[in-house]
Amino acid sequence: MASQEVLREEPSRGSFINDPKIRGIFFQVLVVVLLVAGVWWIAHNVIDNLTRLRIASGFGFLKGRAGFDISESAIAYSSDSTYGRAILVGLINTVIVAIVGIITATIIGFVIGIGRLSQNWLIRKICTVYVEVFRNIPPLLVIFFWYSGVLAVLPAPRDSIGLPFGSFLNQRGFYFPRAVWGDGSWLIFVALLVGIAMAWFVARRARQRQMATGQQFPVFWTSAALIVGLPLLAYALSGFPLSFDYPKQSTFNLTGGFQVRPEFLSLYLALSCYTAAFIAEIVRAGIRGVSAGQTEAAGALGLRSGSILRLVVVPQAMRIVIPPLTSQYLNLTKNSSLAIAIGYPDLTATAGTVLNQTGQAVEGVVIMMVIYLAISLLTSLVMNWFNAKMALVER
Amino acid sequence: MKHIAIGILGAATLGLMASAASAATLDTVKAKGFIQCGVSTGLAGFSAPDDKGDWQGIDADFCRAVAAAVFGDGSKVKFTPLSAKERFTALQSGEIDILSRNTTWTINRDTALGLNFIGVTYYDGQGFMINAKKLPGVNSALQLSGAAVCVQSGTTTELNLADYFKANKMEYNPVVFEKLEEVNAAYDAGRCDVYTTDQSGLYGIRLTLGSPADHVVLPEIISKEPLGPAVRQGDDQWYHIVKWTYFALLQAEELGITKANVDEMKNSASPEIKRVLGQEADTKIGTDLGVSNDWVVNIVKAVGNYGEMFERNVGSGSPLKIARGINALWTKGGLQYAPPIR
Repeated sequence: MASQEVLREEPSRGSFINDPKIRGIFFQVLVVVLLVAGVWWIAHNVIDNLTRLRIASGFGFLKGRAGFDISESAIAYSSDSTYGRAILVGLINTVIVAIVGIITATIIGFVIGIGRLSQNWLIRKICTVYVEVFRNIPPLLVIFFWYSGVLAVLPAPRDSIGLPFGSFLNQRGFYFPRAVWGDGSWLIFVALLVGIAMAWFVARRARQRQMATGQQFPVFWTSAALIVGLPLLAYALSGFPLSFDYPKQSTFNLTGGFQVRPEFLSLYLALSCYTAAFIAEIVRAGIRGVSAGQTEAAGALGLRSGSILRLVVVPQAMRIVIPPLTSQYLNLTKNSSLAIAIGYPDLTATAGTVLNQTGQAVEGVVIMMVIYLAISLLTSLVMNWFNAKMALVER
Repeated sequence: MKHIAIGILGAATLGLMASAASAATLDTVKAKGFIQCGVSTGLAGFSAPDDKGDWQGIDADFCRAVAAAVFGDGSKVKFTPLSAKERFTALQSGEIDILSRNTTWTINRDTALGLNFIGVTYYDGQGFMINAKKLPGVNSALQLSGAAVCVQSGTTTELNLADYFKANKMEYNPVVFEKLEEVNAAYDAGRCDVYTTDQSGLYGIRLTLGSPADHVVLPEIISKEPLGPAVRQGDDQWYHIVKWTYFALLQAEELGITKANVDEMKNSASPEIKRVLGQEADTKIGTDLGVSNDWVVNIVKAVGNYGEMFERNVGSGSPLKIARGINALWTKGGLQYAPPIR
């Protein structure tokens, strides 16, 4: 140690230029200055050139009347709404397809990933084929496959395929009855919440009891009874307030009920299938990353294979799986911008329309970039928190 | 994705362009030796590549006319196909010199977008097309409540559609695509009941569908769509060249100057014809504009007069067979009118 310190101090006495520490600070400051100057120069030039070319600039346009309609909107929107609201509608549509897609992709991915390690030859091979097919096709093609190949060839609205429970499938999408909640139906939701809370409480107590005494308690059946039974009881008590609005044939389309449009459906299915292939590989790698000794030790303790997977292997595999899973979630969210090819009104599509109707390209692109950045950072934040929670706690 | 790329490209160009005033468009065009012309990605009659890959249509021919005025050679044009969303950014950033892409002239585009429309090369209006075989009994746009309507995003069409259904208290499902081909495919596949765009466009698109005879264009015209070429603001010389090319096409038709007779017309006894064709002694009309004095001769030799251009591309000489209607000259009861060339 002593000799190293001497070596490091020696040259710094000569001049500042040779001091690595000062040199390091100098270069870092230089980079920051250049970066700031570069950004300032570009911003200045943009403003300058926009003024010179007499193109309107600034973000005031967001308050203007949009004037165009959007096919799918989770919030109230009409052509009288503002451009800002149109972008918000797009943002919400992106978030919806991302969240639903992430959940589905994770479920499919885990099933396929575990399936690839199955003892059963057929299951193993089917899962391998799934992964190899979807992983090696560009996501845009997968979207087109669902949109043009599967959903567009369904029959026209007049010859809709009738499905159970009054739902229909045709080339305009999937229609199912919409629940209409009558008076007093709040009681059902309250009962559901109470049921969930009680189930959680029961599970906690059962766990504590098992830890203390080793006795088990039928948590699953109790929870199921609480979560399903309480709302059913409330439903009966409040006088059966639930009715359904069934889709019906009209001049052009089916009306009434709830419509899931083919644009959403194909984007959702494509993103889920595509990303699931990657998640499956991550899950497989995670499980293979848990040493075989763990499984053997658990087996030696007398655990059954299901319990080994659930209690020993998966919790450890999760620590390996979560960080790469975050990248896949980000990829799925960003890939959702491919929606533009099939006309799903996501952020890229609506912000692009706003960009074109107002002609304010620079602002439009900046808004899109900032929003995607924010979504991605938020996803990372949540996943990092989850990762920290799942990480091995060393005592 | 492409419009984003162009958007970013545009933003980057705007960001990196030196802040010194850019050179006059005429000088840059002359220096590179051709005109970069922004056209559609393929709309029959206006701008669409033929089986040899040459761009045909009124909009494409208009760019040839400008090239003929500037270079004396109508072939000195390069075409850039643009989607509705890309078109303005491409012109603003200087990627193209003229936007000649069935684009509607509106006040917003003249002011906030920094463009200058030079005139109306085609007076159009928005219409609706339906598949009459699948929807018998529908013969008016007012019966379309509840229909799914295919429309291209980022167009005035999209805005008129919303206004029309709102004003008539009707409901509709917009099915919106970025590219014309995607809208065509969706309509052909039956994803929507109705196709809406400029009526001239509907006639052109109908020809490309699986069975054109099944489709009818409804009688209603719900908007004014004056289509014309546009240039960037701030370059009056270029603006004048493009604008007067358009007027020269009209003037040639009015005076009966055609592609076939332009050479003999040079010796006409009429002082007006001689003046327009640059045969007046010591004329400065052409050179004052920034082109040669026989610019009108070059234009007519390249593409003919306005009437010839119309009939060849969308009228009786084309599969579209659209009547002149309000696009006839003012002398024949239409709206096409040119100020005097003198």
